Parts: sequence; structure tokens; C-alpha cells
Amino acid sequence: MTSTSVRAEFPDPVRTPPAPRPVSRARSLLLPASFLGPAAVLLIVWMIYPALRTVARSFWNDRGNKFVWFQNYDRLFSDSVIHTAIKNNVIWIAVAPLTVTLLGLVLAVLIERIAWQSALKVILFMPLAISLFAVGVIWRIMYLQEPDKGAINAGLNAIHDVVKEPGVLPRAEPSSPAVNSRFVYTKQLGSGGTALLGLTAISPQNVPSDAEQAETPQSKQGAITGVVWRDFSPGGGKPGVVEKGELGIPGVTVSLLKDGKKTDSTTTDTKGAFTFDGVSGSGYQAQIAPATFAQPWGGVQWLGSKLITPAMIIAFLWTAVGFAMVVIGAGLSAIPRDVLEAARTDGATEFQVFRRVTVPLLMPVLTVVFVTQMIGVLKIFDIIYAIAPGSVQNDATTLAFEMWKRSFLGANAFGFGAAIASFLMLLFVPFLIYQVRSQRRNN
Amino acid sequence: MSKRAWAVFAALTFALAVVAAGCGGGGDNESKGGGGSTTSNVKGTVSFIAVWTGPEQQSIQAVFNGFKKKYPNVTVKYKSAKDPGQVITTAVQGGNPPDVAALNSPGLMKGFVDQDALKPIDFAKSDVEANFSADWVKFGTVNGKLYGLFFKGANKSTVWYNVHAFDDAGVEPPTEWSDLLKDAKTISASGTPAYSLGGADGWTLTDLFENIYIRQAGPEKYDQLADHKIPWTDPSVTKALTEMAKITGDTKNIAGGSSGALQTNFPDSVTNVFSNPPKAAMIFEGDFVPGVVAGQSTAKPKTDYNVFPFPAVGGKGGDYVVGGGDVVVMFKDNPAARALVKYLATPEAAEIWAKRGGYSSPNKNVAESAYPDEITRTTATALAKASTFRFDMSDLAPATFGGDAEFTDLQAFLKSPSNVSGTASKLESDAKKAYKAS
Repeated sequence: MTSTSVRAEFPDPVRTPPAPRPVSRARSLLLPASFLGPAAVLLIVWMIYPALRTVARSFWNDRGNKFVWFQNYDRLFSDSVIHTAIKNNVIWIAVAPLTVTLLGLVLAVLIERIAWQSALKVILFMPLAISLFAVGVIWRIMYLQEPDKGAINAGLNAIHDVVKEPGVLPRAEPSSPAVNSRFVYTKQLGSGGTALLGLTAISPQNVPSDAEQAETPQSKQGAITGVVWRDFSPGGGKPGVVEKGELGIPGVTVSLLKDGKKTDSTTTDTKGAFTFDGVSGSGYQAQIAPATFAQPWGGVQWLGSKLITPAMIIAFLWTAVGFAMVVIGAGLSAIPRDVLEAARTDGATEFQVFRRVTVPLLMPVLTVVFVTQMIGVLKIFDIIYAIAPGSVQNDATTLAFEMWKRSFLGANAFGFGAAIASFLMLLFVPFLIYQVRSQRRNN
Repeated sequence: MSKRAWAVFAALTFALAVVAAGCGGGGDNESKGGGGSTTSNVKGTVSFIAVWTGPEQQSIQAVFNGFKKKYPNVTVKYKSAKDPGQVITTAVQGGNPPDVAALNSPGLMKGFVDQDALKPIDFAKSDVEANFSADWVKFGTVNGKLYGLFFKGANKSTVWYNVHAFDDAGVEPPTEWSDLLKDAKTISASGTPAYSLGGADGWTLTDLFENIYIRQAGPEKYDQLADHKIPWTDPSVTKALTEMAKITGDTKNIAGGSSGALQTNFPDSVTNVFSNPPKAAMIFEGDFVPGVVAGQSTAKPKTDYNVFPFPAVGGKGGDYVVGGGDVVVMFKDNPAARALVKYLATPEAAEIWAKRGGYSSPNKNVAESAYPDEITRTTATALAKASTFRFDMSDLAPATFGGDAEFTDLQAFLKSPSNVSGTASKLESDAKKAYKAS
């Protein structure tokens, strides 16, 4: 423009704004429209329309060819699995967001005071870089019940074994009715008596390598003799009879009982044979010490119907706490230090500073974290899909999971699925209103 | 300024269009077979949709190459679809179905017949009747017309076992249910639990039930139950459940006990049997079992693991097979498509894939020698020569029952095997709901 170039040669001490160009009304609307347009189109096509369509769909039957009013909602509240889902959603909402926020807060405050804090932050934040589904897969494996597979039970098992050692033959069973379930030879024995303590359900790998062929015990005056052996030959063999190829079991503790009380004990040799000397009279019984059969610890059933929801919440915490810590940590560093210093100068203890100064100042950040977690937890799906075994899916389920299962997993109950989705949407509303309001307040 | 805004807007729209376009489209695969000269003047292109990908896609391609040798002027365009039923339903509604397709259930085929989307293949009837047993022909027939031929089958009436565990116990593969139960006791006494159950995956339990049921109650009752013409509270059902409880109730004889089995998914249940030392001696599942541990397990066929047909129950049904199959159907009637359908009915076509492995043909005239190993030969021959073949009942039922509620109910039954009547009435009430809704 010519006027500006003239002004540039003779600059005014006070700049005057250039005169507004006369533009038409339509043109003035075009600019914002062109900026908002694409976003608005995307929003309408992919958010608003589907949401409205879902609500509308929930009043139609599963095939979508009949208007059924509130029938789908009727199903929603009469279905026992949906009840479990609602109950689980309540547990998730009650436990997860609060725990995440509190742990995040504690970690953020503590981590500020140590060296290497960035490194530690990165480590705690790392799980968030993994998709929630992959988190589920990882934890599913960690939670496996058998201690030789699941990492958590393996750890607990190590502790457990120190406290109580499992027996050498945990699965073994008496081979014939002559030995009862407490592994007592049922016949009363006296001087010269023989006891045949046959065992089955011992795999060949579990028989000690120094074991030798068992022999039928010989009667001996003034003593009770006997044998403990693996009473099994291919095809089953004759229970209660020592046969060729059946090995004795060495190292088993055998007790001698009189009137139900232990009077003596001994250990079997490589042929599985044992002898109690100095026996007079009768009324004795022989028993294999129960410790031999002590069951190994079976592990905690993390993935069973009772513990599945807590187990999944723990997996969720693992990913979410890091996020909460970083966000809260950022809020923490924005707190003016002089306020804290002032409190300390006034003689407040560290805990008082934390409770009366830090937490109130952090409140806006804490609520943001809390509300985000609420929303995240309401829609929880992938963790359930990945962690819960098929047999406990109905115990682990949530509304979001049911919505997907009913709609897409073969059943194709789209009307029902839409009803669940609409109900879920309704549950989101309070959090969304809160979120929007607090954003407005901040502006 | 506003000009620039327009440019931005235009660019955005363009970008969106590109993204949208990029989402469509799929992988087309053209068969380029070696051209041998044969007597044929059939010309054209045949489009073919099926579920097969990876090695299976290469195998079907090999079959098409064999076809190309016979019909040098026909080109088969193969396209794999993860869910052929869904893809083809959409294609039919859009008026552009493939010429030929392989569907994974007879129910799907019937659905397309009802929509008038399929062309009958009666021209190939004599070939199909000559090569397939009566049951297979029957499943391809709707309203008296032949619509489908079963090109690939699955045998779910097999029991896989650990050879060492059987040797240690000194038992032979049983041919009768009562022997199996007796052998299981012997195996347990030898120190290995007899059964491995993948109870976390409910379908493994439905397969076990179906195999017992079809043998004990017979195929007629099986069909009635599949159509829910008899209730699940029928005495035949409780009888089969009682028989099933002889396994599920033998808790000590199940790897991990019944609570452990409920958390064992199918692949782990296979590993239990295929590992050394084994955690269990046998597993009841179909011909796909070894594929599950392929590449992970060092177990060798015949020496480490082997297979026997699901035994007869009460002397009946030793050669019955419950399973599945992929049915080839025709959507457009033209000479090239007819030639391909006729070709796929021949043992020659099936043998091409059979030689490549991972395949069982329901075609009874496929030479046993075509299968690469003895184990596939056993399972495939049992399938093709079965005196009675039935589809997996849970696949035929509405998905809310056969793919969901039936699983949960049988899992509850695994937990409390004495509750036979309660399980039956729960199954019935769930079935009622599902069949009513469908």
C-alpha cells in the first residue's frame, strides 16, 4: 500500500492502526468457518452422529427392523451378567481413580527429594508407553496359578517353601485297601509281622535314582519288617503284591504306632525295606509319615472368579500411577517455594506442610487426574479382554466389555449393545459436565 | 488471506480423501500357473474368496495352478478374507459377489440360498456323489438342490496322547469309552494325570460333550438337539453329561485339577500333553492340535505324541466324526466358474493340497498316500470315511448359546460335576432364550 510506504519514509511518532478494510458479512464468516469447518465435519461425522445414532438404535430390536421402545433397557436391568458388570464398574470407580491419585501424589512428593529423580520418573512412567492390551497380556502371564509359570506365585512360592517344605511324593496314593488314606497299614502287627506299604501315582521320574527292585519282606522274630514300594507295573499290575520291575522307594520315613501313638520311626533303604527291632507283643501299626505326602503349595488363584477384579485393578495401577505421578509432579514444581518455606519457618512439620499447604495448592491438578482416571476406568475394556480367562469372563466383565461382547462377538445383538452403550454414556455425563465446567472456570 | 484459508481447507479435504481411499482395497492375488496344453476352450476369469492366508493361501494357489494346467485360458483371482461370511454378505448386498467362494459353515451357505444369492451346482452332482460320502452331499444340499461341495474338512473326533505316558502306564489307545476310563485310572496310578482339559476355552468342553453325545444318543438325536427340537433336559443329554462327568469329576486325574483346568486355555492344555515329562497323558481335541505347538514343542509325531479316534461309547460310533468344513459355493454361473467347481470336486485337486500338509479332505477318493505323514493320514481318512459326519453342534447353534452361554454352563459343570440335572436345566433355559431371539 502506498500510504504505508510513505509513512515508512516519514515515520510517525505514534503509530496509527491501518483503516479496517470494508468486508462483506459473508466474507467475515468465511474465515472462521474455514478454520472450524474441517474439525466440525469430523466431529459431526465421527462423534455426534454415531452417538445419536447409537441412542436411537437402542430403541430398535437386535436386527434393527422393529421399534421396541425400552425393551432393550428392560433386558439391561434383568440380565444377571450385566448386574455383575455394573457391580464391577462400581468397584473399579470406587477403588482405581482414588488409589491412582493418592499413590501418584505420594510418589510425586517423595520422588522430588531424591537423587536420580528423572531416571526413576522415567521408569515409573514407562508402563504408560505400552498399550493397555499388552499390559493385560503381561499381567495375565504373571498371574498364572502354577508357580512354575506365573511370576507372582513363583515369588510367593519361594517364601512358602521356606516356611513349609513340600513332601517328596505329593501326589502318591495307597495302592490297595490294605493301606488307608492316612497311609496306615490297616492290619495289626505283632512280633514277626510284615507290612506291605504299596504306593501308586508316582511318576517314574519321581522315584529316586538309587532305588532298587523291591522284595516281599521276610518275617523276623522280635521285629516288624516291611517295604514301601512303587506298586505299579505297566498295565497296572496286581495291587498290594510286590512284582518284578517294581522299585522300592528309598528314604521314606516310616513310623511304628501302638494304640495310635508313635513309638518308633525308621527310614527305608534302597530296596524300600525297613525293620523295627525289639518288638514284643502285638497291636502295632505301621504308617508312612504324612510329611512325605505334603502337597506343594498350589499358588494363589489370581485369575479365579474371586480375585480377578482386584488382580486387574493392580495391573491397571501399574500403568496409571506413573502418569499420575508425572502430572502431579509437574503441578508440584509450579507451587511457589516461598509458601512452603514460610510454613516451615513458622514451625510446621513436614507432614503439616504436606497436608495444609502442598495438597490444597495441588487440588486443581489432583482433581484433573482423578476425573481423567474416572473416565478411563469407566470405559475399561482391554485389560479384561487380555487378562480374564474365558471361564471367569462373566465374573470380570464391565459395561464396556459387555457392550462389545453382546454387539460383536457373534451374538450381533446390536440393539442390546446400543442400549448398554447409551447407559454407559449416561454414566459419563456427570464427569464430562464437571470437566467442562472446571475448564471454563480456569479460563 | 481468505484465499489461503481456502487453500488450507482444500488441502485438508484432499488429505482426507487420500486417507479414505487408502483404507479401502485389499490384496488381490492372480494365479499364474504354468501353461500346460489341454483340451479346453473355456476362457475367462474366476474370482474366489476364502479365509485361507499364509501357507494355506500358498496351498490353495497350488491347487489353482493345477487347475490352470487343465484350463490354460481360465485365470483364478484369489482374495483372502478374515471373515468371508461378512465380506461376502456385504458384497452380495452391493451386487458384486465373487464368482466362487469357500464358506466356513453350512449355515452361512443356507443363508445365501435363502437370499437367492447362490447358483446350484447340480452340473457337478455326479462328481460330488462319486467322491463324497452321503453326509457330505447332504450338507451341501438345500431344498433338493446341490449348492456346495466341501473342499476342506476338520476332524474334531480325535484324542491326542503322549506316547511315553501311555508306555509307562502300559496301556494301548482304547477303542471303547469304558476302556478309556479304565486306562485313565491305570495312567493315573503310573504317576501322570490322564486328562488335560483346556477349560478356560469353553468350546473344548462343548466338543467333548458333542463327541460323547453323538455316540451315545445317535445322529438323529444329535440333529434334533442341534435344532433345539428336543430340550437340553432330555434324558439323552443328562446321560451324556453323566458320562462326561466321569472325566470332569475325576479331579485328581486332570492336570491341575478341575479348578486348574478352568484356567488352562487351549494352547496350554496341548502343551501339557506334548511336553516331556508330560503334565497329562491325553487331550480330547481335533486334528488341529499339533499345529498349536508347532515351532514351540520338540515333540515328534509317532515317537513322542500320537492320535487315536474318539472311542465308541457303548459299542457305537467308533467311526463317527464331529467336525467342520469349508464349503465351496458358486455365486455366478459361467463356464469358467463351473470348470473350477467341477475341478475342486476331484480327488486330484484335493491331493495337491494334501501333499503340502495341514489339510484334511472330506473327499473319500483322495489316496491315503497323498498325505505327508501317518498322523494326518489317520485323521484325514477318519474324516473322509466316517460312517456318520456331523457339524460341531455349538457352531450350528445361535452364537449367544453355542458361542457363549453353552461355554459358561459347561465350565460351571466342570467346577461341579455332580450337578448333572442343574447343568441340563441351565443349558435348556439359556438355549430357549437364544433360539427364541434368533
